[in-house]
Parts: sequence; C-alpha cells; structure tokens
Amino acid sequence: MVVIRDFALQGMQMLIVLLLSPLLTGFVRKVKARLLRRQGPPLLQPYRDLIRLMRKDVVLAESASWLFRVIPYIIFAGTWVAAALVPTFGSGLLFSWSADLIAIIALLGSARFFQALAGLDVGTSFGGIGSSREVMIASLAEPAMLMIMFTLALIAGSTQLSTMATYMGSGVEGLRVSLGLALLALIIVALAENARIPVDNPATHLELTMVHEAMVLEYSGRHLALIDLSSELKLLLYVSVIGCLFMPWGISGAEANPPTIALGLAAYVGKLAVGGFLLALFETAIAKMRVFRVPAFLGAALMLGLLATLLLFVSRSL
Amino acid sequence: MVVFALYGVAVLLVLAPIAVALGASPRGTSIVYGTSLIVTLILCTIALVCLFEQPLNASITLPLGLPWLGAHFRIDALAAFFLTVVNLGGASASLFALGYGRHEHSPQRVLPFYPVYLAGMNLVILADDAFSFLVSWEFMSLTSWALVIAHHRVSENVRAGYVYLLMASFGTLMLLLAFGLLAGTDGNYAFEAIRLSHPSAVLTALVLVLTILGAGSKAGVVPLHAWLPLAHPAAPSHVSALMSGVMTKVAVYGTVRILFDLLGPPAWWWSMLVLAIGGITAVMGVLYALMQHDLKRLLAYHTVENIGIIYIGVGLALAFKAYGMPVAAALALTAGLFHVFNHSIFKSLLFFGAGAVLNATGERDMEHLGGLIHRMPQVAFVFLVGCVAISALPPLNGFASEWLTFQAILLSPQLPSWGLKFLVPAVGALLALSAALAAACFVKAFGVSFLGRPRTPAAAQAQETDSNSLAAMYILAALCLVAGILPGVFIDALAPVSKAMIGISMPHQSDLEWLTIVPIAESRSSYNGLLVFVFVTLSGSSAAFAIHRLASDKLRRGPAWDCGYPDPSPVTQYTASSFAQPIRRVYGTTIFRAREIGEIPPPGATAPARLTVQLHDLIWDTAYAPIGGFVAFTANKLNVLQFLTVRRYLTLVFTALVLLLLVLAIWS
Repeated sequence: MVVIRDFALQGMQMLIVLLLSPLLTGFVRKVKARLLRRQGPPLLQPYRDLIRLMRKDVVLAESASWLFRVIPYIIFAGTWVAAALVPTFGSGLLFSWSADLIAIIALLGSARFFQALAGLDVGTSFGGIGSSREVMIASLAEPAMLMIMFTLALIAGSTQLSTMATYMGSGVEGLRVSLGLALLALIIVALAENARIPVDNPATHLELTMVHEAMVLEYSGRHLALIDLSSELKLLLYVSVIGCLFMPWGISGAEANPPTIALGLAAYVGKLAVGGFLLALFETAIAKMRVFRVPAFLGAALMLGLLATLLLFVSRSL
Repeated sequence: MVVFALYGVAVLLVLAPIAVALGASPRGTSIVYGTSLIVTLILCTIALVCLFEQPLNASITLPLGLPWLGAHFRIDALAAFFLTVVNLGGASASLFALGYGRHEHSPQRVLPFYPVYLAGMNLVILADDAFSFLVSWEFMSLTSWALVIAHHRVSENVRAGYVYLLMASFGTLMLLLAFGLLAGTDGNYAFEAIRLSHPSAVLTALVLVLTILGAGSKAGVVPLHAWLPLAHPAAPSHVSALMSGVMTKVAVYGTVRILFDLLGPPAWWWSMLVLAIGGITAVMGVLYALMQHDLKRLLAYHTVENIGIIYIGVGLALAFKAYGMPVAAALALTAGLFHVFNHSIFKSLLFFGAGAVLNATGERDMEHLGGLIHRMPQVAFVFLVGCVAISALPPLNGFASEWLTFQAILLSPQLPSWGLKFLVPAVGALLALSAALAAACFVKAFGVSFLGRPRTPAAAQAQETDSNSLAAMYILAALCLVAGILPGVFIDALAPVSKAMIGISMPHQSDLEWLTIVPIAESRSSYNGLLVFVFVTLSGSSAAFAIHRLASDKLRRGPAWDCGYPDPSPVTQYTASSFAQPIRRVYGTTIFRAREIGEIPPPGATAPARLTVQLHDLIWDTAYAPIGGFVAFTANKLNVLQFLTVRRYLTLVFTALVLLLLVLAIWS
C-alpha cells in the first residue's frame, strides 16, 4: 500500500509540474500586461499555443541534422525530470533521493548544453549568437548556483533538496546572514537562467540582444512546443526551489495523508502566485541590460554565493 | 602475478626490434598494434585480478640495475589500479590504431616506439625502487618524445619536441633529487626502505616541492603545463590519446605514491599547496582551451583542466588525512582516483574522434570544419558522448566523479585550520567555474566542428572512418555510460586503494537499493545515475511517442529561416573564435590581455575592414621566455670557452680541481 501511495504521489508531482507550468507563464504574462494597463492574453493562452504548435507540421531547415530533431526531446526530458524531483506540495517523494540539488543543477546544465548545440546546428548567424551568449551567461550562473547549493547544504547538512526543505521548514534556523545572501544570489541566477529581464527578454523576437529566442529560432511545430514547455517547466522549477527553501510552509512531510496533501497543494499554488506576481512586478520595473553588463550582474551572484559559503566556513552561526 | 606482468612488458619490448625489421611494410601495422592489443588486454586482466584479490608473489627482485640493489617490482592495490587505467587506455589505443595506423605515411617512425612506450608506462607503475622508477620514467619520456617528433618535417612538431624534451628532463631531474633526499645518505633506494625512514620536516618539505615540480610537470599543472599543449597534439592521434589520457595519469600515480605512501604522515600545509595548484590549474586549463581553435590543442588544454580536478581530490584527501578524518579522506581520494579513470576514458575517446576527423579531412583547425555530423554520423555520435562526459553532465561518468568531489568539499568545514577554511570554498568555486566553462568549451568544440554547414570542401567531402577505429570509440563511449550510471561498482573497485593509502575505504556501495551511491549517509546525499538515466530516457521517449501519435508527425524540409535573412555562404556562420568572443571578453581581458583591434578603412577606400584579436600567454611571457632568453644569453657568452688552446684548457681543469678539493676540505 505504502509503495503504491508513494508511486501515486510521485506520479502526481510529475503531472502537477507539467500541467501547472504553462499556467504560471500565462499568469506572469497576464500580471505584466495588467501592470502596463493592457488587457493581456487570457490565462490559458500558453496551453492553446502549445496545442496549436503540436498539431502543426515541422518545417526543418535543409542543413539540420538528426541531432536537431532529437534535442527538443532531450531538453524536455531533462527539465521535466529535474522539475519532478523538486519538492512542491510534499517533500517525501519516492525518488527524491535519486538526484540531489547538484544533480538537478547538472540536469538543467545538460538541457542547456544541448540547447546551445541546437543553436549551432543549422549554421545560421542568429543561432550562433544565441548559443555563444547563452554559454557565457551559463558559465557564471552555474557556478553561482553551485555556491548557493554549498551554502544551503552546509546549513542543512545535506545536498538533498527534500531534506533541505524539511530542515528549513522545521524552523530551527532563524534569520541568517548567509541565507539572505544566498536568497539574493538565487534570485539573480533564476532571472538569468529563465532568460528574464534584465538578462534577456522573453517577449522580443527580433532583436540583436536576444539570447534564448535566437537559439531556438529555427524550431517550429512540435519541436518548438516542447522547447517552450521546457522553458515554462524551468521557470516553475526555479519558483518551486525558492518556494520550498525560503517559504517552506505547508509542505507535507513523509507521513502524507489527503488533508496535508490538500494543504500542501494550496500552499504551493499560493507560492507560485506570489512568485509569479513578484517576477512580473520586477520585470515591469526594470529595463533590460546590455549583454556585457550581464557578467557583472551574475558575477555579483557568484560573489554573494561565495561570501555566504565563506561565512559558514568561518562561523557556524552566521 | 608480477612475473606475468613483467613477461607482458618483455613482449612489448621485443616488439620494437620486430617493428624495426618490418620497416614500412603494411603488415607491420597489424602485427605491432595487434600484439600490443593482446598484451595490454592480458596486462589489464592481471591488474584487475590484483586489484580485487591480494595477489600471491606480488613482488620480485631481478638482478638488474644497481648491483647492490637489484630491480624491485611489485603490484599493490595502487599500482594495480593505475595498471588497469594504463592498459585499458593502451588496449583501446591499439584497437583504434589497427584502423587509424594504416593511414600513417611513415609507419617506421611510429611503430618501433609505440610498444616500448606502453612498456615504459607499465614499468613506472611496477617499479618498487627509486632507481627502476626513474629509469622507467625517463624511458617513458624519451619514447614519447620520439613519437611526438614522428612527423618531423612539420616545424611546429620539432619545436614541440624540443620544449617537451627540456621539460621532461627538468621533471626527471626534480624527481631524481626528491628520491635522493628520500633515500638519504645510505643510498637505499628500495621503496621498502624509504617507507621505514623518517625524514625531518625540512627534508619532507623539500621532497614535497620537488615531487610537485617533477611529477606535476609531467601531469601538466599550471604553470608547468607549457609543453603539454604543444607536444600532445603533435603526436599521431592514438599516441596523443595515450599521452593525454594515460601518461598524465602515470604522473598522478607518481604524486600519489610519494605523497601518500613514501613520505610518511602528511602535514596540514601540504594540502594547501596541492589544492591551490589544483584549483588554478582547473580554471586556467579550461580558459586556455576556450581560446583555441585547433581541435587537438583544445583537447590537450582540457587535460590540464582535468589534472587540476584530480589534484583537488588528492589535495582534499591529504587535508583530511592530516587531520585524522579518514572517512572524508577516503571519499576525497576515491573521487580523485575515479576521475583519473574517467578522464582516461573520455579523453582517449575524444582524441580518437579528433584523429578520425583529421584522417577524413586533413584538418585540425575547427575553423575549416563544420557539418561533419552529416558525413560522419557515427564519429559525431561517439564524440558527442565524450563531450557530454567531459563536461560533467549527468548521467555520464564525468559528473559522477565531480559529484563525489563536491561531496568531499562539503565535508571540509570540519577542518580546523584557518588557511584551509578560506582556501577550500575558493577551490570549490574554481571547480564549479571550471565545470561550467568546460561545458561551454565543448559546445564550441562539437558545435563548430560537427554541426552547422561545412566551411571547406575537405569538410564537405569527409568520409566515415573505418570499423576498427569506430569499435574502439564505441567501447569507450559505452564505458562512459556504464561508469556514469553504475558509479557504485567503480567506487567499490577503488576500495582496496583507499584502504592501502588512507587506512579505510568508503562504505560498500554496490549492494545498496537501486544501485544508488551514498558516500556518507542517506540523509546527507545520494545520487542514482541509473534512475536518472532511466527517467530521462523514459520521459523523452514517451513524450516523443505521445506527440507523434496524438498530435502530428509530419515533417517538411525548407531553407533555413534565420529571421528572414538566410545567407547561402557558410562563412556567415559562427566560428570557433566568434563563439568564444563573449567569454574572451569576460575572462580574457585580464588573464590573456585580450584586445580586439578593428581596422576600418577610410570612407571611399575599397579595402576590407579587419578585426584582429591579440592574446598574450602571460605565463609563457613572464616565466618561460625570460628563462629561455637567459640560457641563450649565457650560452652565447660561454661560447668563447669552445675555442681555447690546450694550455688554457689544462689550466681550467687544474683550477676546477683545486676549487673542488678546497670545497671538500672546508666542508668536512
């Protein structure tokens, strides 16, 4: 019985992240539009976009290789598995021990590696510009994320995200300097990783400053749908990570029963709404940076992460 | 057992005269590489047996070498592990060369040296006294030098050979001094006796520095790496694979043997030195690699990076051992040695791939490649596997060993020393940075060479490589996957080594549920490569199945979209240099003093605009060039001594004699 329940919970988690992620994107777009006094697209528009794209034919460039066709599935699978291992409504997931936070970061790294390859595959200048900028951004964002992981792992005594979430939820830790630094760094990394303003602009398409959109320019049909869905999953993943570590309320523990799960779900949807709203607010309030200002922005995240880790090495109580 | 291993080495040595006799005949290639393949496979099996079971007759003394010493040979756990790495690399290189070697235009310059080079590497590891160790070490260096200048008509290779010869002699000299200090005044060079002697603190410090200079220069740690990116690419590709994948590991063996086994209990500051060198080497190696557009040189610089990662593991193990934390030390050493194995696998694979490309197109310069995935799909696939593995991405093996290293770093706040408290997080950040930059670099290497459109007719006409070479590459690619999804098996195989060097080993992994690896405790950290692999494969394939069945599976081909401005010329693609431009601007402005100089002709002129990039290798400019200049200057000044009369020579000899006698008289 227990095994079946655990399997069901894990399956539920996989479905929830998959189904909620377009909604989160739709919500962010809606809030941004309302903040600009526009009507904005309906909340469910991302779902409609995905379905429409999936039904369309794929138009493949003549110089595209077999790898170009496989990559959307690799990106989607990597991101989905990573998202399914982050505690959302409950922390006692069946397979949460199979990959810790390092492995989740690295899975997203794999997805990005293939995405950057896809940008180079057709052999166009736009794809190249996107890929080369993406790896430059990643070369700073990924170590920053690992330093944040170091900080959290040293505080919680574990690199397992579920153990971290339980520990943070237990209320043992009060306000700590290193946690504050880590949160700041994590927000910067999340903005960069999800190609949001001020690092990249998810709304533009024909602009020399674009990064993510330039890489996926040659994709169409079902391939584009998968890549869009992966980006939406990644946004959800980062909001979930911030939620489960820094707003660890309402997460159902190992002893999950229907009421706690319902509570966990409600809390999770609430956290997503808060995260999405804050993201939209931030994006509306700030302008996009020049590409070569981005390294300084991300370098700050890396230094904050390093500083937070150093503080923990020096003193357990900071 | 050691006798059988020595028989194998003897067969390899005998192959050399046979190869000389065969000359350039086409049978030579298959005889030499075929025999090498069989012998290295047998040696690999012997090493594996010795690793898992404490062998009988593990040591032997032959009446060779110094008359009062003899030549000692022994296989212990550490030697058995490194013998496995060497011979696995040797076997795959021999299999690859069975196909690749046929394209060699002057085989008589490669074939005689190849088996003796393999024999040299084996002998270094088998040696159990300082004399045989050093003789084998120098033998290995010289045979590899002969292979580096195999294509001696290329002036670049001659220069590479010259620099390599100088650096190899320097390294051996340092090791000679280190062993001299270790053996003390009695001249008892057997490792057995060295272990029992207790050198003073000053002596230990000297030996440590000399070891890092000697073995480190062979391994390629920054700033002693300068020869490596010149020499490794100059050799034929299967030899490059051996030099990069295997010979640097022999150097790591030398380091581990001296630091963990011969030099006695470590002091805390040893690890500071090793860790700092490791961190700097990892980041500098990958930054240098990002600036390259020669495929083989890029791979050689990545060897520098990976040696840095291995040194970080070894350094952490030294720190934990010095402070009596054996559990953490076992974890760190296992991480480092697991990376030794992993790097030997994927680096060989990548060099084979580069060799296959070189064979098919005649090009090592990535700016002249492109689109090879269409012409060489199988090589492209295995090369991609190697790229993912070396970029430390799950579920392949590079990630597994870096994951273990990160776990070891996370145990280090318990270290009491303040120096280490500041150094270890910084090294952790450097390790994270090097992993991210490596991924960037391999996007560039694979993307520019294999993807896109062909930039030259040679790339457009490339042919798939032969089946022997492909077999070797597929086997290594499969090993990358197996070591990535079943790391527990490999960690358990390393248990005897860590037991011998540290005293205890990591907890037994391979009978844990679902083949997970749990380095310390399950609540702390665990990773299951197998499940991650299965999940990713399942979700990817089920998504593909569902979309093709339920939505659409139609596909049309059309011209590239490129925002409406497609350009038919392949020149408009991103090149290796343009791909690295953002990273060059972010990191290279200070480290390489990178400058971009744009020359725009005045209005009306028809000359094209030009962009030139200036890069400075500051290590070469500040360390190597002045020393080289000084040596040349002194040699020039001393040149007059060459043309003296007999009378003056005799005076010179007499004065020298008197001076030396004086020194002796004052000394005593």
